[in-house]
Amino acid sequence: MTDLVSVLVDGIIYSSYLFIISVGLTLIYGVMKILNMAHGSLYALGAYVTATFVGFWFGHNLNPYVSFLLLPLAAVVVGLVAGPLIERGLLRFMYGKDEIVLVLVTYAILLILEDVIKLAWGVESYSAYQPYGLLGNFEVAGLPYTVYDALLVVVAIGVGVALTWVLTRTRQGKLLLAVIHDREVSAAMGINVQRVYTVTFTVGTMLAALGGALIAPKVSVVPAMGVDVIVLAFAVVVIGGLGSLPGAALGSVIVGLVRSTAVHHMPEVELFSIYFVMALVLIFRPKGLFSAAEARKI
Amino acid sequence: MIARDRTLAMLLIALPVCLAGGWLLPAWVQSLLVLALGKGLVVLGLVLLMRTGLVSFGQGLYFCLGAYAAVSVGKIFKLDNSILMSDALVMPLFGAAVAGVVALVLGFLLARYRAIFFAMLSLAFSMILYGLLIKIPALGSSDGFNISFKTVAGVAIAPAAQLYTLYAVAVVLVFFAALALHQYLRSHLGRLAEAVRDNELRVEYMGSSVRYVVHVNYVIAAVLAGLGGGLVGLSIGHVDPDLAYWTTSGEFVFVAVLGGTGSVAAPIIASLLFEAIKSAAYQYTPYTWQMVLGISLLLVIMFLPAGLWSVFQRRAKRA
Repeated sequence: MTDLVSVLVDGIIYSSYLFIISVGLTLIYGVMKILNMAHGSLYALGAYVTATFVGFWFGHNLNPYVSFLLLPLAAVVVGLVAGPLIERGLLRFMYGKDEIVLVLVTYAILLILEDVIKLAWGVESYSAYQPYGLLGNFEVAGLPYTVYDALLVVVAIGVGVALTWVLTRTRQGKLLLAVIHDREVSAAMGINVQRVYTVTFTVGTMLAALGGALIAPKVSVVPAMGVDVIVLAFAVVVIGGLGSLPGAALGSVIVGLVRSTAVHHMPEVELFSIYFVMALVLIFRPKGLFSAAEARKI
Repeated sequence: MIARDRTLAMLLIALPVCLAGGWLLPAWVQSLLVLALGKGLVVLGLVLLMRTGLVSFGQGLYFCLGAYAAVSVGKIFKLDNSILMSDALVMPLFGAAVAGVVALVLGFLLARYRAIFFAMLSLAFSMILYGLLIKIPALGSSDGFNISFKTVAGVAIAPAAQLYTLYAVAVVLVFFAALALHQYLRSHLGRLAEAVRDNELRVEYMGSSVRYVVHVNYVIAAVLAGLGGGLVGLSIGHVDPDLAYWTTSGEFVFVAVLGGTGSVAAPIIASLLFEAIKSAAYQYTPYTWQMVLGISLLLVIMFLPAGLWSVFQRRAKRA
């Protein structure tokens, strides 16, 4: 029983983290039809900026509790700088090309960003551990968990609810859905599709950076972290269905639970299990679990 | 007008030139060339898939299988000192065969997928292999294991001549692979690849099976990747699970886009160019070489969508 609870709790915490990193990927794909390989690098960028901010904050002995605000701040900074820069500076020249060519373009961006990170921060590892233990621990079935991890779950749910609300309840969100549905007709109806794209990519970038910012206090920030995480995010969004918001949530929960079950019972299959599930879903539901049927195009 | 095809003549000239020229080259160049030729084989297969309209982000699967297969089977069945564990010709060929069999099975599945779904599913399979290998202690887990060879086709090779021998094996294997692929591309089935890319429905209406074409090309690509993996493993003298990691596959895609799908020579030349640039850049600017790669990839996509090879073709047409 205790074991089941700890598998569940670990799984939920990991799912929340997965959801935050993959929701931006699915958003960008859903609107722009770009499978953004650079997403992992933007995530890493978020982690590095957070590490710098947190290091500065605690280096100057400022109020430690305010340091939590630094995490979303880092995400916003990365999003507002890198998002428009990549979309306006590069991606907009590529629209209309084949989906797979766009994947290659974002792969090029990934390669460039990896070195930008190395140039800016060097290759040694950074840490931003201070906020992690600040709020203390709580116990579930006799096992200690940090309050920070519980907050991660809250943030993930918050992000999901906020995005759903924006998409279904606001004017901007409805315009976005119209663009997803038919780009050309939306443009003809007077929707500024270019702006929708820029905003979407910026928000997606911010979410990637937020994932990195939130994970930074838990791990050491190292150069390869983005490359590792992008395939995980791929697995999540592919399982749920590319471009689907509830799909990303479901994919995160599945991957999170599969991983925590594997870690608790058969640690040797941890990585294998995630991609095995991804392959299984692709075999039976090629377009993911949350996907509408699509007419064959000639 | 169909341009006169000089590929065959070029290959026949290149073989003796490369074999003889290899003697004159310093050791490190020879070893770099083996590496580049081995990876060139993988890219050759990838280019075949690209002609069919598919990009695989998982060729690392077969590359790694090819490198691991022979010695792994030898280790598992305790075949110490057999040719499976010490022959520079048998090992890559065995690796290629294993890769081919695995691709034959997975192909039934993958041949149904297109575009990013094909890319993602192939990526998932390569990551499955990676996930498996890092956790198998008998195969060295994440450290991998060393491999070496003592004979070529049963003939014992003196340690001093090993590097050149491996180089010669690589040149000969690439020669035959390029020759076979060139002939294949001119055959009925081979020509269907581009038809599939252009319009699948028409291919079906004309009475050919798209899935069959994709499946065959997928298996050929895997065999080439396995062969290349075997060669690269021998040239480095060490294999580890990173061979199956997705960044390895990404590198192959990069080289394939760089060279383009114009000719069987393009991927090989692109691979040689890539390894040369990579080793130079890695030595002089270790922190910016990926950036150089990324920028050149963007430039190629924007200005030379048919790859570097198209520059030669355009010049040939003008002349």
